[in-house]
Amino acid sequence: MRPILAAERLGRVLPGEIPVTLVQDVTLAVERGEFVVIMGPSGSGKSSLLYLLGLLDTPTSGRVLLDGQDTSGFGEDELAATRLRKLGFVFQFHFLLAEFSVLDNVLLPLRRLGVLTEDAARRRARELLDQLGLSEHGHKRPYQISGGQRQRVAIARALANDPPLILADEPTGNLDTRAAANVRQILRDLTRAFGKTVIAVTHDLTFAGAADRRIGIVDGRIDPDWRA
Amino acid sequence: MSIRLAIAVTHLVNRKRPTLVSLTGIVLGVAFFLAVSSLMRGSERDFIKRLIDNSPHITVSDEYRNPQLQPAVVRWPEGAVEVRRVKPLTEVRGIRGHARKLAFIESLPGLRAAPVLMGSVVLTFAGRIEGVTLSGIVPAKTKGVSTIEEKFTQGSLDALAANPNGIVIGVGLAKKFGLEMGSVVNAASPGGEVRTLKVVGMFRTGNANYDETQTFALLKRVQGLLDRPNRINRFIIQLDDPYAARDVAAVIEERTGYKSVSWLEASEDLMSVLLVRNLIMYSVVSAILVVAAFGIYNTISTIVMEKTHDIAILKSMGFHARDVRRIFLAEGVMLGLIGSLLGLALGLGLMALLARVEIKPPGATELVHLPIYWGYEQYLLAAGFALASAVGAAYLPARKAGRVQPVTILRGMG
Repeated sequence: MRPILAAERLGRVLPGEIPVTLVQDVTLAVERGEFVVIMGPSGSGKSSLLYLLGLLDTPTSGRVLLDGQDTSGFGEDELAATRLRKLGFVFQFHFLLAEFSVLDNVLLPLRRLGVLTEDAARRRARELLDQLGLSEHGHKRPYQISGGQRQRVAIARALANDPPLILADEPTGNLDTRAAANVRQILRDLTRAFGKTVIAVTHDLTFAGAADRRIGIVDGRIDPDWRA
Repeated sequence: MSIRLAIAVTHLVNRKRPTLVSLTGIVLGVAFFLAVSSLMRGSERDFIKRLIDNSPHITVSDEYRNPQLQPAVVRWPEGAVEVRRVKPLTEVRGIRGHARKLAFIESLPGLRAAPVLMGSVVLTFAGRIEGVTLSGIVPAKTKGVSTIEEKFTQGSLDALAANPNGIVIGVGLAKKFGLEMGSVVNAASPGGEVRTLKVVGMFRTGNANYDETQTFALLKRVQGLLDRPNRINRFIIQLDDPYAARDVAAVIEERTGYKSVSWLEASEDLMSVLLVRNLIMYSVVSAILVVAAFGIYNTISTIVMEKTHDIAILKSMGFHARDVRRIFLAEGVMLGLIGSLLGLALGLGLMALLARVEIKPPGATELVHLPIYWGYEQYLLAAGFALASAVGAAYLPARKAGRVQPVTILRGMG
């Protein structure tokens, strides 16, 4: 079976008077249903790699294959459309829209995709909130719930359009131990029970311990010997 | 409601104060635009109405627009013909074959025509002598082409029709000569003919010169006095649609050969003054809306700055650059639309208020209401311009928002 996500000799250089190399020569493949974490010291380029894998940034060399499809020729609109359908993001800071209710935040990608009717989209969003234990918080604003709850809303939103791949950037970085354990469990369950693929960047060793595979990044390269 | 519109509405609703301030700018802009425009256009129309009412729509006179060509030049238009020392044939002045020409003019739809013989005579009364213009008219026809009858202070056109030796004079002349109704004056023509005429009517137009120098008598009488039997030198034409005057005048001139001057042509200088006045007025009132547009620009670009993170998250979620642009353009459109609607309402209120203001123009005897023009095109113009400036003002921040790169924002955060 072909990998859901593959990177071939991926490189990203920030242009400028002194060009900065963020990522260089990264080749990796992630299988469907795998739970992969990317680890490394601060500033090693692991977040940059995640943005490249998540089609948020375009590589200066190499290419990303998503579900076997080469994305290197994609324009901005195609990249956006791909993100909408195939990728879900969870960031360290929850990045919910403060002016919208929890339910409306989860509805955002559903409404943008516009495949489901408004009623069906609402049902789907409520289902996701139920599954993540947030059923009674749908009408609340993001600032009225706890950090762990917010991160679960972010996960619900990432799952809204049922993408095969979830990308998380320090998903537990801002949470207390209990909330972190909860988020870790949810992400792991996604790979086990729902066949999702999760790629997460983390500093959190406990979190990394739950993953199927750990990839170490040092100075923008994969370092097979890296240990936290 | 589309998700883009929902986000746009949320942005505005959550920023009530800046939204209201920029909205107020548009509302006031549109309202002032309407108030000023309706007053200026109203006074313009009032002015033109006076012009149309008090002057003939078309005057056909016994003149040619261009000098008559020599037959040799007509025969060989391409030839190098030059005829020197030409002394034109002495011509009997007047419109030739006027009965036929009048019949033709009257056959055109939507107009009334009256023949006139105009000449200069000298009036003498009690030792006073004054040169005046005497127009020979056919009262029944003149009624159809002139508002002069409304200006009568005493007597009437019918009295003139009934009295072959009657004369109608202006109040200015009556005062000068000390004439009263029934007074008898002598009128002498340049040819030496003298007639005794009796004052059977007086008018006041408000134009001092006209009231002192214009007089009317029956056409037959004037033809006799000026020794030009069965001649007339002018057609006065009134149209149902005054604005068709230029076209109708061209048709008449082509058919009759005589110079036909429409009121538009006769008052071209005034019309161009009105045009310049409108240009100035619309530039000024549009400037108000442009200033209001800066308020919108300010509000929307502040929202874009505050919402950079939201924009980044929307884009990472799969919103396109144009989705983001549309969100902020929609905010401009909403401000423009709501501002225009409220502005139209306020503007109509101001117009109604202005329409109730009474003024006494110099020289007038009665109070008159300010002339207000209620035409719909100025509403469209005001709303259209407001909307265009609002969208224009929203465009720049919207474009900036569309260009936000999520990675730049995410890197800044992480």
